[in-house]
Amino acid sequence: MPKEVEEEVDALVRRYPKPRSAVVMVLHALQEHFGCISPETIEWTARKLGLRPINVLELVTFYPMFRREPFGKFHLRICRTLSCALAGSHQLHRHICERLGLNPEKPGPQTSADGLFTVEFVECLASCDNAPVIMCNETQHEQMTVERVDKLLDECRCKCRKERPGDLAAEHGFEP
Amino acid sequence: MPCERHLILKNIRRPGYSTDIECYLRHGGYEVLRKALALKPVVQPDGTAIGPKEQIRREVEISGLRGRGGAGFSCGMKWSLVDRKSGKPIYLVCNADESEPGTFKDRQIIHHDPHQLIEGMIIACYANDVHLAFVYIRGEFIQGARILTRALEEARAGGFLGRNILGTGYDLDIYIHRGAGAYICGEETGLIESLEGKRPYPRIKPPYFPAVLGLYQCPTIVNNVETLCAVKHIVDMGGAEYARLGTPDNTGTRLVCISGHVKRPGCYEIEVGKVTLRDLIFDGAFGCGLRDGHRLKAIIPGGVSAKVFRAGEKVRVNKRTPDGKMVETEMDVLDLPYDFTSVSAAGSMSGSGAIIVLDDSADMVEVLANISEFFAHESCGQCTPCREGSLWMAKILRRLVKGQGQPSDVALLLSVADQIPGGRTICAFGEACSWPVQSFLVKFGDEFRAKVQANAEKRSERVLAETQ
Repeated sequence: MPKEVEEEVDALVRRYPKPRSAVVMVLHALQEHFGCISPETIEWTARKLGLRPINVLELVTFYPMFRREPFGKFHLRICRTLSCALAGSHQLHRHICERLGLNPEKPGPQTSADGLFTVEFVECLASCDNAPVIMCNETQHEQMTVERVDKLLDECRCKCRKERPGDLAAEHGFEP
Repeated sequence: MPCERHLILKNIRRPGYSTDIECYLRHGGYEVLRKALALKPVVQPDGTAIGPKEQIRREVEISGLRGRGGAGFSCGMKWSLVDRKSGKPIYLVCNADESEPGTFKDRQIIHHDPHQLIEGMIIACYANDVHLAFVYIRGEFIQGARILTRALEEARAGGFLGRNILGTGYDLDIYIHRGAGAYICGEETGLIESLEGKRPYPRIKPPYFPAVLGLYQCPTIVNNVETLCAVKHIVDMGGAEYARLGTPDNTGTRLVCISGHVKRPGCYEIEVGKVTLRDLIFDGAFGCGLRDGHRLKAIIPGGVSAKVFRAGEKVRVNKRTPDGKMVETEMDVLDLPYDFTSVSAAGSMSGSGAIIVLDDSADMVEVLANISEFFAHESCGQCTPCREGSLWMAKILRRLVKGQGQPSDVALLLSVADQIPGGRTICAFGEACSWPVQSFLVKFGDEFRAKVQANAEKRSERVLAETQ
């Protein structure tokens, strides 16, 4: 475990009267650093917080935001809930899947063959007046249309082509 | 003329307003906190003294503020139930886990006026002897968490948070705690379980009322983002003045979120009960009406867990006549004043203040299928009726949408929905997942039966074609 990661975790744990309370914040931090939650991460977290591994695993399997496999460079979360659905978010999901060679009927997150994009439906992102809403990594994109989606996918691809291997900024989640 | 009344949205709607503390201070920021911390004990005629904290709590009680998260429970009463004699620390958690579909007001506050929330929260903490508080924010609000974290750092740097706040000796720490994508964390006891680091399975009440047995089994106040902002305004203008806004039992202002098939979806602040559903959907100050060429079909008045209204539906509510008598009146659902009491009396709820408008392009079977998928995903799984029932309802609706519905499906759907709510589950998710199904089948049963009929006819045609 890199020293600065452990220090970040220690700082998180210090906020709470009981170490167990830090577990979700710790998992978020570790997922941001390593891309996903591995069995080793689960065991390390459990030891760190004085828990049994099952206490950590049950959270990783419960909360939708935690993943046990790495995701693509660009994580597209498409809102599937009512207001966005009325505004066409399901058709946008279908369009994105078709463009990326993914199966729109398959449930759960799917990653494109080139490893660039992971696409999944999520529930209401609390911006219903600007439906349909799609998150790309940390940015919420609103009032999306097929044209704007195509533009977003192209921009993501373009950014990737520009990046040189070992580009730290790119590795740490810089996105359009 | 129906119109907005800006208290909470005042800064947010100011052109050029920014989230930094300098901007907040320029517009009177943290003055109410100063005022609250400077309050002195008041000696009553009988010689007893009311301390500053109790004064603040009384103002909130007088204000009639009802929780803005969805349940509409009296904030003053919630605070009064806090066990102040246990010797255990008292915690406060701001519920920023805004997840009710159709609701997008808290996100606005967090993104555009975080210091308003912080100031309200500090006042609420002071009034309740809280020294450690958390903002439980949705995991997906990544930018929101950053904005709030920065605002908290600014507040600490400005002496409004941390040790010896503004030199008064009052200590308070507030930390951001992120969720990870679960709607059930918006339920206050689910939130507490999540904050303790466990799976967010809600606790049974009684005995686990957070005010008595909350975080770490200590007295805990869980309040919505908007509720805490309102606390600041109540302490600013006084509880009685706040209670003059809005309507009896439904005082003050609240943020209403309108989305769906209207020309101008958005977040609007109104005096509770002074504006009707008709105003909110059609008036130029609010939704600006339906899309051209369409007619109103349905209204979901309080988040997707609220029972649906059919356009043209007549509802019966109690209205106060000019001579002060309460009389049951029948009115078109559109004429319902938008407040907790009226919408509830009409057979639904105003809940989180999220109104979803559906016009004649909406297929009500597909709409209900969409809602049911949401609940099937979000059921925490603790209670059998909800865990199994939510999924069964989603499956039945899925096959109805796909054209594979069975003739018995409508009755089956209703039968499942009827066996989940009514005290059979630990938390109100049971009601939340079943009320939409029950109300859609009652109000739009014709569409469901027509779909089943159409499925049956297609099947007969196929069978006939195969035998020819």
